[in-house]
Amino acid sequence: MAAKNYESTRYSGLDQVNTTNVAGLQVAWTFSTGVNRGQEAAPIVVGDTMYVVTPYPNILYALDLKNNGNVKWKYEPNPESASQGVACCDTVNRGAVFSNNRVFINTLDGHTCAVDAATGKEIWKTKLGNINIGETVTMAPIVVNNKVLVGNSGGEFGVRGWLAALDANSGQLAWKAYSTGPDTDVLIGANFKPFYDTDKGKDLGVHTWPPEQWKIGGGNVWGWISYDPASNLIFYGTGNPGVWNPELRPGDNKWSAGIFARNPDTGEAVWFYQASPHDLYDHDEVNENVLIDLPINGENRKVILHPGRNGYMYVIDRATGQVLSATSFVYNTGSKGVDLSTGRLIPNPEKEPQTGKVVREICPSSPGAKDWNPSAYSYKTGWLYMGHNNLCMDYEGIEANYIAGTPYVGVNAKYYAGPGGHRGLFTAWDPVNARPAWQIQENFPVWSGALATAGDVVFYGNMEGWFKALNARTGELLWQFKTGSGIIGQPVTYRGPDGKQYVAILSGIGGWPGSIVAADLDTRDETAGNGWGGAMQDLPSVTQKGGILYVFALP
Amino acid sequence: MSSRFLEQNRRERSRPHREHSRRPWERSRSRLHECRFGTNLRLPLIALTLALISACATTAEKTKAPEKRYIEPPAQTKIAASETALHVCADPNNLPFSNERQEGFENKIAELIAKDMNRPVEYTWWAQRRGFFRNTLRAGLCDVVIGVPASFELAATTKPYYRSTYVFVTRSDRGINIESFDDPQLRELTVGVQMIGDDGANSPPAHALSNRGIVTNVRGYTVYGDYKRDNPPAQIIDAVLNKEVDVAVAWGPLAGYFANRHPGKLTVRPVSPEIDLPYLPFTYDIAVGIRRGEDQLKDTIEKILDRRRSDIDAILASYKVPRTDQALTKEVAR
Repeated sequence: MAAKNYESTRYSGLDQVNTTNVAGLQVAWTFSTGVNRGQEAAPIVVGDTMYVVTPYPNILYALDLKNNGNVKWKYEPNPESASQGVACCDTVNRGAVFSNNRVFINTLDGHTCAVDAATGKEIWKTKLGNINIGETVTMAPIVVNNKVLVGNSGGEFGVRGWLAALDANSGQLAWKAYSTGPDTDVLIGANFKPFYDTDKGKDLGVHTWPPEQWKIGGGNVWGWISYDPASNLIFYGTGNPGVWNPELRPGDNKWSAGIFARNPDTGEAVWFYQASPHDLYDHDEVNENVLIDLPINGENRKVILHPGRNGYMYVIDRATGQVLSATSFVYNTGSKGVDLSTGRLIPNPEKEPQTGKVVREICPSSPGAKDWNPSAYSYKTGWLYMGHNNLCMDYEGIEANYIAGTPYVGVNAKYYAGPGGHRGLFTAWDPVNARPAWQIQENFPVWSGALATAGDVVFYGNMEGWFKALNARTGELLWQFKTGSGIIGQPVTYRGPDGKQYVAILSGIGGWPGSIVAADLDTRDETAGNGWGGAMQDLPSVTQKGGILYVFALP
Repeated sequence: MSSRFLEQNRRERSRPHREHSRRPWERSRSRLHECRFGTNLRLPLIALTLALISACATTAEKTKAPEKRYIEPPAQTKIAASETALHVCADPNNLPFSNERQEGFENKIAELIAKDMNRPVEYTWWAQRRGFFRNTLRAGLCDVVIGVPASFELAATTKPYYRSTYVFVTRSDRGINIESFDDPQLRELTVGVQMIGDDGANSPPAHALSNRGIVTNVRGYTVYGDYKRDNPPAQIIDAVLNKEVDVAVAWGPLAGYFANRHPGKLTVRPVSPEIDLPYLPFTYDIAVGIRRGEDQLKDTIEKILDRRRSDIDAILASYKVPRTDQALTKEVAR
């Protein structure tokens, strides 16, 4: 799976490549995906085969690791072309998952496909999303207890969020849990025991909205799913409340912008925690939930580490949903902290966006302190490694805009670098002491995932195309290689059929910020790409489109 | 490639190239496909009954749908404006503005301009959603978009050729007479508005209502609607007709047109005030959008808009577009 394991630690026990020899890494082989859009997927390796899924048109390749990555087969799901026009933020795909000799992928137009891992033959294909209402699927599925778990994207079209479970054998829908609406739709029943009082009560997915608003309420599930076999619980985040201005949706807007724990067999909700009740800033909480054991006050606690879009590193008890700590990991003006007695974000009224009001220096900006790109946890250092953003924004002006024949009022959201002038950061976070162990500044927002290994090396890439290896303990740059395009993918490492350790990354700029390059946006328009134009004006001068897999090894 | 695509390619190859197709990503689709879905989008072909297919084929024969372009995303940027045709990007499914059968008033205006230039109109059909301008005009797939607000940041604009307003739409048999956002009835009635996206900005009526604390009785309809249906933004008008809401606040041209399609059933009145302070207007000047740098084309079109003023007025009048740049009666349609 894209996250390496159910705990989502993206930690590899391989240590052939380590701090003493990583400087000698060389390109072993490369492979062109043939698709020059944002490459966000993690390649996955099973036996002597690597599986890579591309952005739209979501081609799945099986590459022969015994044969320099030659193509064993390719599977083309042929998603509907129109889905490209519907996807909000580039036509990305975040990866495939392997289970029981099958590879499962999602397509942009809302299908989930099961493919025979040996032959590339389609076994089943189930339609879950409806692009006609703006629904797409970009997330990487996972398989838990023989169920394929898939969630939707499309909050910006008012699409109501859900997570669905498909039977891995047949592709039949087993359950579907919505993120808004009555308890029966959200699969909230007798076993739902949220920790905080504000999450208790009947049909909060209806009553925390003005009447009927939940029907186009967002809360989409486009990020990551973790699984704890011991408690038989899955954990995942829900997106921001869709379509409505904050002032038009008074209330907490459940169950958007929070984390659900559910039983994967029935879909039943067990607890929920809302990171941003009544979200003001488009802060999806779809980021990864990393499951680790953490010593807290002398006690070993089973927790979730969750780096939030809103800038807080949450440590959450994974049995109950109690927030044990929440520490801001960036410069934060959008809120004043998290009240641990109620679990609630403490708002900062000065920075509340309002129509016709100019609000400056809202930090973090809409893409959040950290977006979807997943962090890695090293069991050796006990630190979480993550690439993220140092971005603030101004909400100003109202301009008539034009969609579907209707003038509308567009907010001029302009993103720019936060304190220090750099737009990105790569941070090693010490969760025990709740502070950064070390931190590296990056010129551009860091939109790539991280990988930690037993060799005490951490890998990530930046938008300029540099793929980097750092000393996990010090942050020292040990090796770097300039790939052909900006990196927004997820690095992986594996032991090849020859017994050697390899490291792989997809290079290809795109995604939400990278669409400046991938979709040829005009950076003279500061609000192009929803606010990214001004913040990314220099990106086209350092990188251009690409779609190449790079695989590295020691000579 | 699926057989569907192969079939499509085969048809294309076998068809004589009446229109010059200078862009490799442009493809035409078969009439059968067109008819099934009424859009240029590739929609699911599964689970259609034979009955539906045959019913549809008959319709295609009857309506004689014009040739249509199917567009892949741009492989290149900036190209010079065409000198042989008026290249227009338009939504294939958005009356009263435009549709693929060229029944919208923007289609008529495009035709008028092109005729005056002694050129044919060539369309690139693309749903007007987020990314429309990025993927079409700015990517060079066309040279003009017929209707954009005059204060538009994504394109250069001509002088405006009409001005319209948001309107209140009610069922005539209800006798609800609302002309102002300050009317206390708006606190009691169920009010429909169109919603746009999740970036904190929305249609002006949505903001006007929330600024007045009118929130709990507001119902949202996404402006994108369900693209499988005809004219998805018109869903808000249907909501008034079928009593889902007591009053809808909609952009004038949409409301005027659909009210006229249901004679006597709907009442349409311009909203007031015209502007909410500090600056939230409800009336907008509409102009032709042109890619920046195409000054000559802009100049040509402006001159035509001037010269054909009365013809354009007649087109807008025939679609019952409420105008605020002319004498406007209080009640636009009934």
